[in-house]
Amino acid sequence: MTMQETEERGGRGTEKLMTGTQAVAQAVRLADVDVTAAYPIRPYDGVMQAVAKLIADGDLDAEYIVAEGEHSQFEICKHASAVGSRVFVGSSGVGWMYAMESLAVTPSLRLPVVAMIGNRALDDPGAFGVEHNDAMAVRDLGWQLVWVENAQECFDATLMAYRVAEDPRVSFPVGIGVDGAFITHSQTLIKIPDQEMVDEFLPPYDLGDRLLHPDNPISIAPQANEDWVMEIRKQTDDAARRVKGVIQEAHDDFKRIFGRGGDNPFFEEYMTEDAEYVLFGMGSLSLPAKVMVRRLRDRGEKVGFVRLKWFRPFPTEEMVETLTRFEAVGVVDRDYSYGSPKQGGVLFTDLRAALYDAEVRPRLVNFIGGLGGRELTPEMMDDMADTTRRAAAGEDVPTVRWIGVRE
Amino acid sequence: MTMAPGRALKLDPIKSIKKAPEEEYYQSGHRTCQGCLSALPMRLMAKAAGPRTIVLGTTGCMYVANTTYMSTPWVVPWMHTQLGAAGSAAVGTSAGLKALMRKGKMKDEPINVIAFCGDGGGADMGLAAISAALTDVEYNLLIFLYDNESYANTDIQTSGQTPWGAVTTFSPPGKKHRIMQRRWKKNVPGMLAAGHPDTKYIASGTPAIPVDMMDKVRAALSAGGPTYMHVLDPCPKGWHYDPEHSTELGKLAIETGIYPLYEVKEGVCNYTGTTRQIAQGRRERKPVREYLEKQGRFAHFKNQDFAYFQKKVDEMWEQWIIPGVIAFSYGGPLNITSEKAAIRNNNVERDNASWAGDRPGHAHEELEGDGGLDREWVDDNALGDPSSGN
Repeated sequence: MTMQETEERGGRGTEKLMTGTQAVAQAVRLADVDVTAAYPIRPYDGVMQAVAKLIADGDLDAEYIVAEGEHSQFEICKHASAVGSRVFVGSSGVGWMYAMESLAVTPSLRLPVVAMIGNRALDDPGAFGVEHNDAMAVRDLGWQLVWVENAQECFDATLMAYRVAEDPRVSFPVGIGVDGAFITHSQTLIKIPDQEMVDEFLPPYDLGDRLLHPDNPISIAPQANEDWVMEIRKQTDDAARRVKGVIQEAHDDFKRIFGRGGDNPFFEEYMTEDAEYVLFGMGSLSLPAKVMVRRLRDRGEKVGFVRLKWFRPFPTEEMVETLTRFEAVGVVDRDYSYGSPKQGGVLFTDLRAALYDAEVRPRLVNFIGGLGGRELTPEMMDDMADTTRRAAAGEDVPTVRWIGVRE
Repeated sequence: MTMAPGRALKLDPIKSIKKAPEEEYYQSGHRTCQGCLSALPMRLMAKAAGPRTIVLGTTGCMYVANTTYMSTPWVVPWMHTQLGAAGSAAVGTSAGLKALMRKGKMKDEPINVIAFCGDGGGADMGLAAISAALTDVEYNLLIFLYDNESYANTDIQTSGQTPWGAVTTFSPPGKKHRIMQRRWKKNVPGMLAAGHPDTKYIASGTPAIPVDMMDKVRAALSAGGPTYMHVLDPCPKGWHYDPEHSTELGKLAIETGIYPLYEVKEGVCNYTGTTRQIAQGRRERKPVREYLEKQGRFAHFKNQDFAYFQKKVDEMWEQWIIPGVIAFSYGGPLNITSEKAAIRNNNVERDNASWAGDRPGHAHEELEGDGGLDREWVDDNALGDPSSGN
């Protein structure tokens, strides 16, 4: 297929101005979700408002349950998934934490629940704004986690999430990290493909012989104890190792059918070809980071930006191959990890581990910023880039620094 | 989107034990204790429901002791759910089936959805989810609470369903405080019936009276919409008695009036069995002492404790607006019709549960010489002192 044909296909459908949550709801509609459960918490709940309206208008045929708490909300969807329904659910901040028991059991049940996480700071004190610690709390449990940059990626990532989650080689839940306010509530023009294209990309949900039904009378998750739990965990581990390959396949199909998605599914590089140092981060901070890169490049700085999309599975080999090209990497964390090895952010700590075996390691510095929804400005990005530049030049700079915080 | 629940399976009453189906959908493979009256209702419930049934089980005895990997007793499809998730598991399962059938993705047929939970999972942690499920009138489901009056699987700890004064590992009697379980048992089926007027069927039962229990399961599954059943299950380990007495104790709980049998069907409450005879004055309630004395968990009771327990049960029968079901009286008079409403027990003096003080063994400042045990209470389930070589 020529590039022109791809563009033509990508253009099939409609183009609309939408917020991130509305874009997710459009993907939910096109995925023909069967069951969804809602519970209010900002900022994710815009998606449930949009889904409720789609159902009310007859644009989506789904069971819609307003639960009495997030624990029930996620349990309802988990169990609907077990009888063969495609489900959609979501939450934010402490709401996500209230569902934690259900979040913990869903990946080990190997049920492909898809959830939108409107990333929000955890209490206390209360804050509506974005932090990534809510979603990251499930990073060790088998949830596959992808972060998006704008409303178009909200839509695209939701379709990708169903495709990856329901692949029988995977069968894990997928969480879509959507920065609260900056993406959940910001409108951009998005392309919405027609149903035929979505159906080509996304096969029907089929649990096969794991379906809970009187015609297939299985017992799911009986008490296993030390006799069998390790073997079951190992199966889960094997599946987790397969996810990256399935994401790559899905990405290739996505690009072929919709004509979008970038060079690779795992991360985006921005002006990195001759870069000596880069900033690295996830989600909406890419916008001020890209402004910074353009401005500093005008001044002759060889700076770039790398945005990670899939945090779980962590694309270790790809990160090693890409980031070792640079002298220094400044990791911008919109999260914290108190008491961790360098007391930096979660992303920084993971990236350090990922790069440990690299033959030549870039210098890694970490910035904690934008917590509680505080804006990360292009000027802050300039500041972080400058520290990273000095790290690249071998200067003595602090490993971890908090950005834009009053002393 | 259709608002009505999916079709409910129509199941006729069994009426006598000889007419019960021979087929078992809960078989060998479980590891419950001898005399366990929580395993029996699982068997009876599955028998009454039949093969077109999905069972969801919360964590608890009937998960851990009941459903061991590779030796499941369940012939019908079964899935574990979390401790407080009976309500949400039932809703999710029923909603999933309904959506798939409506959208033509699954064969359209009535399938029973039953979620069971223990008293800890249902009456404590999962109460909110059960309450929510009972308002989801679009879904056919049965929440089946097996009440053995403690967290029996985790070594017998106090739950919201543990009777007043009972010994559990979280309420051991001691030298200063004889009574450590100072809460009166929560009235769960009555509360759920009173608070969920659109729920078509709520009932109490016990496996000690199996036909009544199975017929209530069938009535619940046939009712359409969300339903609830509460089942009292004597527990040899938790209640401290010889396993051969399980059925006897289940019957005594009813004969003493402590645990009334009833069903609330389409908004009308009717007593069943022995409870009906008591309510109609055809049978005297037995003294609660006959029931309590047979259980080691009440072995530390003094006369005043038995008297207090009897007084509280008398209140249930003499002062509640619907005896044993709705836990308050009415201060009246009602003036909805021109006639003076015939409401019983106006302005009765009550032992108000909101204050504690003069109840036996209760006060935080114990009465001197009256509070603690005058002899050591022995836990007959204890494994013994490891140092003694037992």
